Amino acid sequence: MHNKKQPQTIPRQSATFDEYTLSEIRRAADTGIYDIRGGGAKRKLPHFDDLLFLGASMSRYPLEGYREKCDTNVELGTRYASKPLSLKIPVTIAGMSFGSLSGQAKEALGRGANAAGTSTTTGDGGMTAEERQHSAQLVYQYLPSRYGMNPDDLRQADAIEIVVGQGAKPGGGGMLMGQKISDRVAEMRTLPKGVDQRSACRHPDWTGPDDLEIKILELREITGWEKPIFIKIGGARPYYDTTLAIKAGADVVVVDGMQGGTAATQDVFIEHVGQPTLACIRPAVQALLDLDMHRKVQLIVSGGIRNGADVAKALALGADAVSIGTAALIALGDNHPQYENDYQHLGSTAGAYDDWHEGRDPAGITTQDPELAKRLDPVLAGRRLANYLNVLTLEAQTIARACGKSHVNNLDPDDLVALTVEASAMAQVPLAGTSWIPGQ
Amino acid sequence: MTTLDLQAIGLRELNQTLQSANSTDRTVAYEIINPQGAHAIACGLNKPIHVDIRGHAGFYCAGMNQHATIKVHGHAGVGLAENMMSGSVHVTGNASQAAGATAHGGLLVIEGDASSRCGISMKGIDIVVGGSVGHMSAFMAQAGNLVVCGDAGDALGDSLYEASLFVQGNVEGLGADCIEKPMYKEHVALVQDLLNKSGINKSGKNNAGIKADASQFKRFGSERKLYHFTPDNAGEY
Repeated sequence: MHNKKQPQTIPRQSATFDEYTLSEIRRAADTGIYDIRGGGAKRKLPHFDDLLFLGASMSRYPLEGYREKCDTNVELGTRYASKPLSLKIPVTIAGMSFGSLSGQAKEALGRGANAAGTSTTTGDGGMTAEERQHSAQLVYQYLPSRYGMNPDDLRQADAIEIVVGQGAKPGGGGMLMGQKISDRVAEMRTLPKGVDQRSACRHPDWTGPDDLEIKILELREITGWEKPIFIKIGGARPYYDTTLAIKAGADVVVVDGMQGGTAATQDVFIEHVGQPTLACIRPAVQALLDLDMHRKVQLIVSGGIRNGADVAKALALGADAVSIGTAALIALGDNHPQYENDYQHLGSTAGAYDDWHEGRDPAGITTQDPELAKRLDPVLAGRRLANYLNVLTLEAQTIARACGKSHVNNLDPDDLVALTVEASAMAQVPLAGTSWIPGQ
Repeated sequence: MTTLDLQAIGLRELNQTLQSANSTDRTVAYEIINPQGAHAIACGLNKPIHVDIRGHAGFYCAGMNQHATIKVHGHAGVGLAENMMSGSVHVTGNASQAAGATAHGGLLVIEGDASSRCGISMKGIDIVVGGSVGHMSAFMAQAGNLVVCGDAGDALGDSLYEASLFVQGNVEGLGADCIEKPMYKEHVALVQDLLNKSGINKSGKNNAGIKADASQFKRFGSERKLYHFTPDNAGEY
């Protein structure tokens, strides 16, 4: 008789029910409510990493890296506005509100953008005097909630961005949880202190592009036809949405993919609604081309821009500029390992902290707690952002020169190949080593 | 009184003239003729001037008004006096959807009926409607007063914050978190004051023949149950 132990397989975790999934099921079972968090989609998505530049060789003539000029300036709003926005670099700072961010963080964004020669953008809740003071070029968001909206601020803005949607939540409104509704935030938004504030998902006084055209007429009449009018859309149906935005009279269309961040939204919304940034660019550009509006109506792309290669790739696919939000916050100091102990205390870790809506941000950025907000030195953080913006620009220039371009906006899809079939289909550039583009 | 013919001079010149009017009191007055339902008439005014619009106005008439007194002798389209900050806007006829939307201040008087979403997201304006208002009026209304001399459509005051709603006639239905509240003396006085400012009284001896008795109004406000997200409230929406 043998008492030999039978061989056993090692315990196997389910790929479907992985550790994260199990923890979310347990969390849902414990609380009975969906998970709310900040940021954009965290899942792995086809992205700019799936594209490569070809550079120059026999068939292309490169520019000398340290000798020959490669311009980066961009003008936004040349279609109708008498005073277009002139930026030194094709990277803007996306809309983030005072309320979701501390006053110091908003100041730092302004300081950094000024130093780099670009614009910042307000957010839900209106314009603060401080951000107007610290931002040489400020885009004023016109949102469904119209919190803090007033014509004086509209007139002192450098551009107006009508927010129809955002990539993290196309079709969704905003949230600002009660713990972040301080006295000042409550006053700016005409809300009781401490309520969980909802921002509407639709504008209150227009529905559809025909109405929007008239709304834009009103905004232009109020501001003397000076300001560029941006229309920001989430990455839902970029071809049709861009077409309709152009038809409604936009000077600039901002297309925000699902990696674009939000201050607070349901995780299920962030991860499951909308399209990746990479999938949104070519349809938006096609809409512009079909209407003979490419480069006449400018296209800004946002959602997951991290480095100069991402900037260059977005421009090569047809964007005129990009916009950054999450990356700008990280440059300021968000999720910095120096606060690891604090992140651990909050049940998170540096790099993964996304409970921005709770107002307990150890880095003092996504908070209204005066003690936490003091942790961020706006001058130092502004300098960090300026450095980062300069690096993005230098990197994009490096790539553009290697492709023989004297302006970063001269990059084009012919400079790119894709590493995956998916990216090839989305970006409509050939799969590397082939001349094949799926669907063509 | 300066007369401006909209069809002759065009919208841009009309608004530019009104927006650049140099006035510190209400002695400067304009009369706009031939509006013919044009959009964005008299929007963005920021001086205490008086403007009479002789005829119907399109969308966003008197939008974002500051300080000016504007009277439409006719009907008005969508978004009448939207985001008004101060001053007053008076319409002798009816108003389309979203009248007074998101407005922070001033007085909006509509002698006739207002369509749906009247006072949506209002943030401090006083609105007096001589007739009735459509469905979803005062949706997410944050502050200010909506006085309706006639009836209110369905889902009045849905997701209401701190605005006060007063209705003399019938209410087809209340929206989520909107409840009837007692009408105390101060509320009667408030309604009476707004009726007086609007030229509406008990006898109906006013331009539109509107009869309104402040003591007959019912008051509605927020139950404040939905001020915080909890799973228990999920069924309310």
